Amino acid sequence: MGNMATQTQFHVLAVDDSLIDRKLIERLLKTSSYQVTAVDSGSKALEFLGLNGENEDEERNSSVESVSAADEDHQVGVNLIITDYCMPGMTGYDLLRKIKQSSSFKDIPVVIMSSENIPSRINRCLEDGAEEFFLKPVKLSDVNKLRPHLMKGITTKTEMQSNSNKRKGSEEIQSPDRTRPRYNELEVV
Amino acid sequence: MDLAALKTQLKNFVQSMFEEGVLDNQFSQIQALQDSTNPNFVEEVITLFCNDAERIINEINRNLGYQNVDFSNLDSYVHQLKGSSSSIGANRLKLACANLRQASDERNKEGCLQALQLITCEYCLLRRKFQALLHLERSIVELETNQK
Repeated sequence: MGNMATQTQFHVLAVDDSLIDRKLIERLLKTSSYQVTAVDSGSKALEFLGLNGENEDEERNSSVESVSAADEDHQVGVNLIITDYCMPGMTGYDLLRKIKQSSSFKDIPVVIMSSENIPSRINRCLEDGAEEFFLKPVKLSDVNKLRPHLMKGITTKTEMQSNSNKRKGSEEIQSPDRTRPRYNELEVV
Repeated sequence: MDLAALKTQLKNFVQSMFEEGVLDNQFSQIQALQDSTNPNFVEEVITLFCNDAERIINEINRNLGYQNVDFSNLDSYVHQLKGSSSSIGANRLKLACANLRQASDERNKEGCLQALQLITCEYCLLRRKFQALLHLERSIVELETNQK
């Protein structure tokens, strides 16, 4: 994590269009001693990361600087992104895809939250790179599951970059608390 | 009333809300997030919730007032209200939202109006109880502050 040597806290970027849910997730994350930035849309999240649009090599214009966390080496100190699935405009899934397609940010773990227990949705998110899928309302026990993903981030940055085996749907050994069992129970609404 | 008695009263009041199904365990999660570094967390969340819920209920009302109801717009509002209700632990209100969701899915305007009535009822009940809860909370804080 090169330039992050001085950073002592993990920094989580939380994305949710609901004001209440943003407040809750922020509190949950802060309780777990994470630094939190909460935004209300996928596009604001991308803006914060410094991904302006189609081309991440674009010159970042001055209107973005006020929300960008980029330091002079264009590295944003975000260690994990947790996003709601259902948002107007860009969904959490769209955001996930954009992050995973970005050469700068594809290694940032992404967690998806949703109020709806739809197995096909959950599977798709996990297959496309999400580390975890939390059903709302998110609890402290869910937030506790984030730490292994954050710790992993420290080691992979200093080792090799590609981690391509992760997304093949096989059971992971390093994350014993995976939420996979969750979507076998169909929640009656 | 002394501090211990007030705290017991608050605890019993919240417990009764659980028993009536007005609140569920999610509310306990929210209470657990309040501590000395965030002493007003419960009040802040309740305030945010009530403002949001009222805004949404008004919007739903307005939407249903049109001759041609925009049901997809309505869906979006119901989803928001259901989400907020779930996040704060407002169990009965959340269930009332499911009714409206169903009527909206069926494009049943009359059903929607009825479901909205139920939502409004549940919300008013909840708000009254939340107000009583916050009153107790504030009395407790005041006593605790005075005792320092």
